[in-house]
Amino acid sequence: MSSAVVFTSAAQSRPFGFVVEKDAEVCPQPSGAELFAEGRPPQRAFSTSAFSTSVFSTSKDARLAGVTPASQLAIRPAPEMVSSGIAAMDALTGGLPRGCLTEICGPASSGRTTLLLAALAAATQRGECCVLVDASDALDPQSAAAAGVELDRLLWIRCGENSPEKSLEQLLRATDLLLESGGFGLIALDLGDLPPQAARRIPLTTWFRFRRAVEHTPTVLLAVERQSIAGSCSSLLIKLGLIKTASPGERAVEPSMDSQFPVPSYAQLLTGLEITAELVRSRMDRKPVCSAETKFASKTAWAG
Amino acid sequence: MKKSSQLPVPIARKNQLGTDNHLLTTRYGYCFMFACIFVPNFPVAAVFRAEPELCARAVAIFEGKPPLEKVFAVNESANRAGITPGMTRAQAELCSELTLRPRSRLQESVAHAVLLDCAQSFSPCVEDAAADMALVDLEGMESLFGSLPGIGRSLFRCAADLGLDANIAVASNPDAAVLAARGFSGVTVIPSGQEAESLGSLPVEVLFAGRGAGEEREGKQKQKEDERRKKSECLLATLERWGIHDLRALAALPKVALSERLGQEGLRLQQLARGTASRTLVPVEAPAVFEEAIELEYPIVLLEPLAFLLNRLLEQVCARLAARSLNTQELRLTLALHNLTGVDPQLETFGIPSESDASQGAVQAQSPAQHFISGRQSKFCLTFCRTIRLPLPMLDPKLFLKLLQLDLNAHPPGAPITKIHLAVEPARPRLAQGGLFLPPSPEPEKLELTLARIAGLVGEPRVGSMELLDTYRAEGFRMRRFTPEAAPKINRQKAAKEKSAVAALRLFRPPLRAAVTLENGEPARVVCSKKKEVQGNVLWKAGPWRSSGDWWEREAWARDEWDIALQNADSIALYRLVRDLLGGGWFVEGTYD
Repeated sequence: MSSAVVFTSAAQSRPFGFVVEKDAEVCPQPSGAELFAEGRPPQRAFSTSAFSTSVFSTSKDARLAGVTPASQLAIRPAPEMVSSGIAAMDALTGGLPRGCLTEICGPASSGRTTLLLAALAAATQRGECCVLVDASDALDPQSAAAAGVELDRLLWIRCGENSPEKSLEQLLRATDLLLESGGFGLIALDLGDLPPQAARRIPLTTWFRFRRAVEHTPTVLLAVERQSIAGSCSSLLIKLGLIKTASPGERAVEPSMDSQFPVPSYAQLLTGLEITAELVRSRMDRKPVCSAETKFASKTAWAG
Repeated sequence: MKKSSQLPVPIARKNQLGTDNHLLTTRYGYCFMFACIFVPNFPVAAVFRAEPELCARAVAIFEGKPPLEKVFAVNESANRAGITPGMTRAQAELCSELTLRPRSRLQESVAHAVLLDCAQSFSPCVEDAAADMALVDLEGMESLFGSLPGIGRSLFRCAADLGLDANIAVASNPDAAVLAARGFSGVTVIPSGQEAESLGSLPVEVLFAGRGAGEEREGKQKQKEDERRKKSECLLATLERWGIHDLRALAALPKVALSERLGQEGLRLQQLARGTASRTLVPVEAPAVFEEAIELEYPIVLLEPLAFLLNRLLEQVCARLAARSLNTQELRLTLALHNLTGVDPQLETFGIPSESDASQGAVQAQSPAQHFISGRQSKFCLTFCRTIRLPLPMLDPKLFLKLLQLDLNAHPPGAPITKIHLAVEPARPRLAQGGLFLPPSPEPEKLELTLARIAGLVGEPRVGSMELLDTYRAEGFRMRRFTPEAAPKINRQKAAKEKSAVAALRLFRPPLRAAVTLENGEPARVVCSKKKEVQGNVLWKAGPWRSSGDWWEREAWARDEWDIALQNADSIALYRLVRDLLGGGWFVEGTYD
């Protein structure tokens, strides 16, 4: 059987050419009548003698040594993972990837800010400079300090003085400037209180730009929002939620309201939240990740 | 103006010296050597330094009160055009190619400071000989800067980099160096023992030149100076009558006969001519004042042309700082505003200074400290000040220009600008040891620029790091400048590992006013008109937690806090509900998230 291998070796600055295997000389060529009989159009028959003097005299293996298989092209070095500050989350996701965009989404009281502050605390305690671009100026400094964030190393940019549109514009421009400046360990975008319809106005190209800007840098880009809005630009998507109960006091709040004797409100105390986290998407692995869940509890500052 | 690339070689004396460093070292190894930096035609040089584009033109400097203004100094091109000092301004203006500039004492004082900076960058032992001259003790400098001709060339290059076209002379005594610097252009090195031969070709006028040049004296000092000048003229006339035209002839006169005729002054002049006069240097410590200023012919309205001028000032001041191996941590820009109609009330709104602000600005009435930029033309002159403080010492004129531009964009002066004065506070360069394993941190210069840009976007008080205050009051914190520490606190890292996650509160700023229905004194239903999702029956509640404070002050506060759970569209949300006990009313302060 005659076979021609077309190789492209632009990387080696060689011309394109055909190489015919040697066993093609002994194989009989089908005639034009035979080809038509089989219902195939006549093909140009290459004479083996025309290629007998090949321009390249190296062996096949040596020629193919410079060609990278397509399966290997897709492999990128795995990003460095850093702790999110919550052991259960680290066990679920492996941590937060540097040089990638991570999305944390969930409704109000789903533990987004808890996770955000834990990540900020872990990063600042590693000695890294971090930024929180706060679209709705919602950060509580007392909570940040209680979570262990080293306030000296946290740059807080408070957008949202006027309208959501204005604050969104400020957030995007500030993020562009921060990514251009570089050198931060973690840049967190807090879009948690923005209405989803306003957050969805961010063009996908912006997220692509952010992703490209943060790529190959040691920066963790973290976005906190109600719903996922970055699409395929995010490398890690975590969905959070408060454990659904009839009453939050059932598990998350102690003591429970479901006791036989109703407890007066002055005897109640909010001691913490129990949060469920679902890993929706992770690009760290080659195969699509199956949905995985974990639970973690947070304590209020006064619960000790 | 000569550029540093057109560096002159030491003239005439080079052949006698040779170029062998070893030879120079052995010849000069055990004798004191002094360098003199002399700026010829100093008032013109000061103007050229401020306006380098004038170097190619014919320029005359005038001084005096109108209409009796007279030409004070001219450059070579103006001299060729027939303009001489002493002409009236009206006469000089007849020359169409001539550029006239008023004499600027400020620019001259800045040029003098630059001269001292140049000298101080080589040796700490510097004598402030005159406004246009500085003497440097070169003892021990050869091991640092190379041979004496090399030092001379380095001094010349340094002066050129700082915008001054100077003559440099190196000799074994200060007076010989002074005479050589006045008499020879470029770099001159006089070997020890050959002073008389080297100085011999100079005219005798060089002995009397430069007394009181560029200095303004008053009262008795002025009288003394006048007397001295008259004596000098008398001596010069005498020497002229004797046919003594150069120093060689003066040096050859018999000592006794000269003493009989001209007295001690004659002997002193002869010693100077022979190069044998000796005196000790009177070192001064140049004050670390780095200021640059420009007086504008026409007021500037737009910020763009102002940026060009600021760029020039910043480059000059940074070159001076670099010559002294210093950086800066504070820039003060003072603009004199042109406002003939009186005080514009709108100006008062610009840049109200505050302690926490990174940059401060204020439009101030003219103060005595700023008399040097007082206007001669404008009757009602205001000054507009901006101060930029940097977290770390830096020396990057481009960065400073950007910071000033951003600051002026945020705080425009609001009136045409007639004068620009820039002062920087010198600081020692920061010492930082980089490490491969240190956590990432932004470059200070880039960070400063980024912060300034972001401050332009969201406002200055809304960018920075937070600092908690010692109070239980809500919003008990203040914003301060973001200056990250370099060294991580490792000890706290271990402690943090053991800590569990802390439930955070997201605040609504300002708090949302709510209508609350009470049952048995406890909230049963909450309706918040501003945020539709914050409404419904209270599923769970804890509280009230009563707190109060600052009752001894005007801004006392007292409140009851409730933690409540409401049913949202898809989940349950926990909120903090607050009742203001003093002002009344219910507010949803935030949500636990």
